[in-house]
Amino acid sequence: MKARVHVMLKSGVLDPQGEAVRHALGTLGFEGVNGVRQGKVIELDLAETDKDAAAATVRDMCEKLLANTVIESYQVDLS
Amino acid sequence: MRAGVIVFPGSNCDRDLTVAFEMAGFEVSKIWHKDTSLPANLDIIGIPGGFSFGDYLRCGAIAARSPICGAVVRHANRGGYVIGICNGFQVLTETGLLPGVLMRNAGLKFVCKSVALTVVTSDSAFTGGYDPGQVVHYPVAHHDGNYTAAPDLLAKLADQDRIAFRYENNPNGSADDIAGILSENRRVLGLMPHPERVVDPLQGGVDGTALFGSVAAVMTPATANA
Repeated sequence: MKARVHVMLKSGVLDPQGEAVRHALGTLGFEGVNGVRQGKVIELDLAETDKDAAAATVRDMCEKLLANTVIESYQVDLS
Repeated sequence: MRAGVIVFPGSNCDRDLTVAFEMAGFEVSKIWHKDTSLPANLDIIGIPGGFSFGDYLRCGAIAARSPICGAVVRHANRGGYVIGICNGFQVLTETGLLPGVLMRNAGLKFVCKSVALTVVTSDSAFTGGYDPGQVVHYPVAHHDGNYTAAPDLLAKLADQDRIAFRYENNPNGSADDIAGILSENRRVLGLMPHPERVVDPLQGGVDGTALFGSVAAVMTPATANA
């Protein structure tokens, strides 16, 4: 089973890299970009075939390593 | 007195930290990240600066989950002393031994220069050799030193006198100008600036000498009979 984990900074946490991207887009002439938030996508190829078990394991992985839950939130999609 | 310096792939201040400990009178062991236990009778553990594991995922994140860090956390939880400098500070926040997070510098640039710091508290083994309010100069060299924490945590750090150092001119956007913080029991220090890079006149300054000297002064009575 494959898992795709989206890790994003929580709302309210300043994202200096996203801000830099927003400025660069403005420089390129893209107008009306009110905000940019940058995150990560982590793809996992899992031996587990049970969806619920995989979801629980990946959430545990997120809590322990993949996200720093002080500042980041995560979302797990399984397929 | 015995100090241990943890070495990760990508650590690059491990030798400097070793020499700084040695100059203060410590016998130093370097400890590889794959080890699962620490040498016996360590008085203090140093987590050095560098770019452990290439800063992959997040700065310090992989190092914080390495086998040796379990032993470092156990050492700290039973009241052992730990100092984490630069990447070592990032590792300590990732292990949860120190609260908060070090994010990308607000200016997005790698900052590499000597900075003026205020010693906020002298109530710790690390800062006992300085006067509160004293200004010292340590170099910084980091891309991710922007200390970030929730407002209630920042208030708690200030209330509990756990802010060890503040920047005079904030180089990275750190909340409350924080350059270094202490754990609740005051025995774990994390700081972004490098005291180990100012312990010899040839390095351009000796402002860091008092930090290692005050740690040594605290250790000496306890281990004199060991």
